[in-house]
Amino acid sequence: MGVPRFWREIPNRYNLIGTKCKNCNKVFFPPRYICPNCRRVGKLEPYKLKGRGKIYSYTITYVPSNGFEDQVPYVLAIVELEDGPKITTQVTDCDPNDIKIGDEVEIVFRRMGEEGEEGVIYYGYKARKI
Amino acid sequence: MREVAIIGVGLTKFGELWDVSFRQMIVEAGAQAIEDANVDGKQIDAMYVGNMSAGQFIRQEHVASLIADHAGLVPIPCTRVEGACASGGLALRQAFIAVASGIHDIVVAAGIEKMTDILTEQTTEALATAADQEWEAQIGATFPGLYALMARRHMYEYGTTEEQMAMVAVKNHHNACFNPCAQYHMKITVEDVLNSAPVTYPLKLLDCSPITDGAACVILAPAEKARRFTDTPILIAGSGQASDTISLHDRPTLTGIRATTEAARVAYKMAGVGPRDIDLAEVHDCFTIAEIMAIEDLGFCKKGEGGRVTEQGETALGGRIPINTSGGLKGKGHPVGATGIAQAVEIVQQLRGEAGKRQVEGAEIGLTHNVGGTGGTAVVHIFKRGD
Ligand SMILES: [Zn+2]
Repeated sequence: MGVPRFWREIPNRYNLIGTKCKNCNKVFFPPRYICPNCRRVGKLEPYKLKGRGKIYSYTITYVPSNGFEDQVPYVLAIVELEDGPKITTQVTDCDPNDIKIGDEVEIVFRRMGEEGEEGVIYYGYKARKI
Repeated sequence: MREVAIIGVGLTKFGELWDVSFRQMIVEAGAQAIEDANVDGKQIDAMYVGNMSAGQFIRQEHVASLIADHAGLVPIPCTRVEGACASGGLALRQAFIAVASGIHDIVVAAGIEKMTDILTEQTTEALATAADQEWEAQIGATFPGLYALMARRHMYEYGTTEEQMAMVAVKNHHNACFNPCAQYHMKITVEDVLNSAPVTYPLKLLDCSPITDGAACVILAPAEKARRFTDTPILIAGSGQASDTISLHDRPTLTGIRATTEAARVAYKMAGVGPRDIDLAEVHDCFTIAEIMAIEDLGFCKKGEGGRVTEQGETALGGRIPINTSGGLKGKGHPVGATGIAQAVEIVQQLRGEAGKRQVEGAEIGLTHNVGGTGGTAVVHIFKRGD
């Protein structure tokens, strides 16, 4: 992924900032630019998520995508956040065989991956069991 | 709206076809369909081609022109349609709409993907672009990984087992043995699947459909003119398409594909039939869990019972509702843009009674189900004998 494409989402990725619709109170992460419930009458504004939730589903990935080779095997999960939205995230600092659906997690700031030896290193959010 | 019939079909061999190029494949499938339909090239009014990503796979965009050119069909309008792995199903639907509306009479719907001209890891990377690049792929989600998330949740909510998922692969490999065009003619066992290399728990290598080259083609005509070309026209009785969020995490449930349910609802309504009327179906088994969810979402069994009905043999050849008699994406192969059209080819051959050793006796109504990505797009078609 090109640098600007990652860089422009840094506030969202680093600080877990999504959007909240003032009309229906629904929280969205990643941020949306129109509320799919309210459409024209929706009013979205930035919203910082608390970053706590539960594992909704997970997988242990042995065959990674490019840039994640050094992390294998890693746990990828969908976490249901207390703020409402579900997010896709890795689960870090864990024994992959010790993950269960329903486990409580918090979102932390971590190194995500990199593009080659001299490429950009990406940072962002991962989940960690509480 | 006019009734629409399929009057001809063509299918290349599926597999790793190193000696055949993109243009050779599409010409081969097209020539077969034209001969089968007994039409003259001059009678063809338009063409729609399903293709996910020639840009990534062979670094060639603008394939509609290339195909019209090499098929000898210029200057007819030719349009490439993209919906990830549902591209073929979308091409069929666009052709159906074109004929039903009266804008065109004889229309070709084709699908093609040439996936083995680049390295396997590049192909895998290209397929992953069907998912959300910024909020799934960038996080480390692979395409199998996203289906694994669905599988794990399905196991959690309904008690579906890895053995039941393996049985989907075993059945589809078995069926593929009777399909001369299939990539694999190799029976496998549940143990083979369970012992194959872990890809992304709970999915193993043999839970995943392969990387495949292939092309498929069908020719459509208004039903009232179809008899001029064939004694066995097959009617497209229903067509439905639906969308859903591109990211899995934005959906209320992971244990089914909402776009499938919605596309099926529309297609069943148009055809005036329900799930019980369907004699056989080709469903989108890109991963074994996908077939289990598909037979539930299409109404062939209750939600959560897909694993159990598979285990009981209800979806096998000779079972209550044979699923993926062609071998499916798992056994026949999955050249992504061609898959939706290849599914229609199988149903047409079955309804004509030309399916050889995999023939479903007395089949009169068939269904195809084609999914893009993790379910951001789904297309369902229902076919009936036209005699
Ligand atoms: Zn709203």
